[in-house]
Amino acid sequence: MYKMQLLVCGGTGCRASASAKIVEKLNESLKAHGLTKDAQVVTTGCFGFCEKGPIVKVIPDNTFYTQVRPEDAEEIIAEHILKGRKVTRLLYENPETQKHVTDSKHMGFYQKQMRIALRNCGFIDPENIDEYIARDGYSALAQVVSDLTPQQAIDMVKQSGLRGRGGAGFPTGLKWEITSKFTSNQKYVVCNADEGDPGAFMDRSILEGDPNSIIEAMAICGYCIGASKGLVYIRAEYPLAIKRLRIAIQQARDYGLLGENILGTDFSFDMELRYGAGAFVCGEETALLASMEGKRGEPRVKPPFPAEDGYQHKPTNVNNVETFANVPVIFLKGPEWFSSIGTEKSKGTKVFALAGKINNVGLIEVPMGITLREIIYEIGGGIKNGKKFKAVQTGGPSGGCLTEKHLDTPIDFDSLIAAGSMMGSGGMIVMDEDDCMVSIAKFYLEFIVEESCGKCTPCRVGNKRMLEILEKICQGKGSMEDLDHLRNLANVIKDTALCGLGQTSPNPVLSTLDNFYDEYVAHVKDKRCYAKKCKALAHYTIIPEVCTGCTVCARNCPVGAITGERRQPHFINQDICIHCGVCYTKCKFNAILVQ
Amino acid sequence: MTKIKSLDELRKRKQQLEQSMEIREKSNHPESLVQIKVAMATCGIAAGARTVMNAFVEKIKKEKIPAVVTQTGCMGYCYAEPTVEVKKPGQDPVVFSYVDVKKAEEIVDKYILNNELLDGILPANYQTI
Repeated sequence: MYKMQLLVCGGTGCRASASAKIVEKLNESLKAHGLTKDAQVVTTGCFGFCEKGPIVKVIPDNTFYTQVRPEDAEEIIAEHILKGRKVTRLLYENPETQKHVTDSKHMGFYQKQMRIALRNCGFIDPENIDEYIARDGYSALAQVVSDLTPQQAIDMVKQSGLRGRGGAGFPTGLKWEITSKFTSNQKYVVCNADEGDPGAFMDRSILEGDPNSIIEAMAICGYCIGASKGLVYIRAEYPLAIKRLRIAIQQARDYGLLGENILGTDFSFDMELRYGAGAFVCGEETALLASMEGKRGEPRVKPPFPAEDGYQHKPTNVNNVETFANVPVIFLKGPEWFSSIGTEKSKGTKVFALAGKINNVGLIEVPMGITLREIIYEIGGGIKNGKKFKAVQTGGPSGGCLTEKHLDTPIDFDSLIAAGSMMGSGGMIVMDEDDCMVSIAKFYLEFIVEESCGKCTPCRVGNKRMLEILEKICQGKGSMEDLDHLRNLANVIKDTALCGLGQTSPNPVLSTLDNFYDEYVAHVKDKRCYAKKCKALAHYTIIPEVCTGCTVCARNCPVGAITGERRQPHFINQDICIHCGVCYTKCKFNAILVQ
Repeated sequence: MTKIKSLDELRKRKQQLEQSMEIREKSNHPESLVQIKVAMATCGIAAGARTVMNAFVEKIKKEKIPAVVTQTGCMGYCYAEPTVEVKKPGQDPVVFSYVDVKKAEEIVDKYILNNELLDGILPANYQTI
């Protein structure tokens, strides 16, 4: 039996920083010191603390080493494992107190989190089904198929209050019940792993860190709705998730946990993967089903819902990865336990991908009802470089911006919609005072225009027109009428687009118009971008007292707008200046003033 | 691989596998466990701390005690090595000196299981954060 274990993050982020090499080096050092019987190296899924990866966690003392390089492996083994001295320079440093934190239990990042969907991520080896079974893996499936009728199992999911984590928040148990009511010779369970929101990686991390939980939940769903076939629609650009899912499916088959007569019952279930090419619209369930059938990924009008007419026109139940990851726990700990967490209408936890101008970028799981302030300042460690918080964007291109006045709102499905945003799949991008909200709205609209499937006119043409107006505003050519046009157009798209993604696509524009109207007006009336992001609106001047006359700016100006004698203050001709900002980046003396 | 054919077989399988995960499960709730820290600096190792640590690991496994055995650096009592700090949940830590295999078993039997103090306790003259 091992006395110590070294858990090394094998998620995509940490692997990109050579975590596989770290594992190799750790093993070499263990061997060199004759410690292979005392300590073991385990590759796990994502720890969530991606900002400071690669992560190495030492068990049982929970020492949390950050930004480990392969060269550090020998020191960790020689000092910590052999002599019991923690390698201080690799410990996480609290940005506020600048003190090293000895173990993960004392890190602010983990203290407020509650991990249900991510329960095994960063804890077990995802390529070893035995570690999943040791943590009660497949017990929920065994219990369901041996002791419960499909309806009893559905009732438990309904009781738990679990709602779909993909964005819309539809009650999961109800969805299963509806699908179970249709009779057919073949039904399907589909897992939507087409994660498309910019900056979101919840689903990828679950699949990479705990693929067996998805397999188990899909089998449970199959038993409940009467399906013998499961399909995972996953992006081809998630190679590691695909690899681990394949390994997990094979191991489950070898154990007889997938296949014919599972655990000696009449229930049979097997799974396959289907690869998506990374189109945003394929996250919409009807487009996803079309893509799986080999057709163009375009949504269609609902009803009929997939529960009645889905994959190959058979009744199909589509759930998101994170939704499935919650299912086994509901059976293990009971629906009452699950529904005791969260708010009145949103039960359980939610995983968020925290990104943007925040100290602790990473993956977090928090109970519903937590406030934005707790997420940003306690878990996230506050805004980078001590800047001022401005807004947080949730729900990706379908969501909106929340501002300072929403900081203390408890977060759940309904409160976010009331605040003009939405839960979405869980992307959370934090912005500071240097971000221009008009540019942010433009960014999301560019994404939508790029990704619109083009089937319906409001989304295809309407978003394009909105983008053109926003581009005009960012160049200082907008008028006040444009702002009204934007709002009208946004409302029309919201009411008339075909699919859920189209209907929500104007949200970033609408919510920035609501919360940051002054900033739009500043762009239109004063021709000013106070965040200095819209280059066309920036006004560059040289501060004569600071300028040394080194001529660097004049030599680099692409349009020859800068004149001046050597060793004398220079001058920018505003009529010629194209606001490219080259002089600002090239000046070594901070003599260029941007306004 | 042998197939798992029933709920009972799955349970048996889980029990076999549990042990390898035990150390990780325990580390998840360190505050609710007895924490045994063996000083493993050069002086401690020279005085036989490694064997003592193994003895603790074996003993708590045998007695099925919810405890976690870790190693620490030098505690400063080099004259009294091997030293072992034992912290029971909700109690102040107690440091034992000159611990050998026999003493280790005694610590488990008397102090951890029956709350009886024994000889060789060092005065707690430090605080940890």
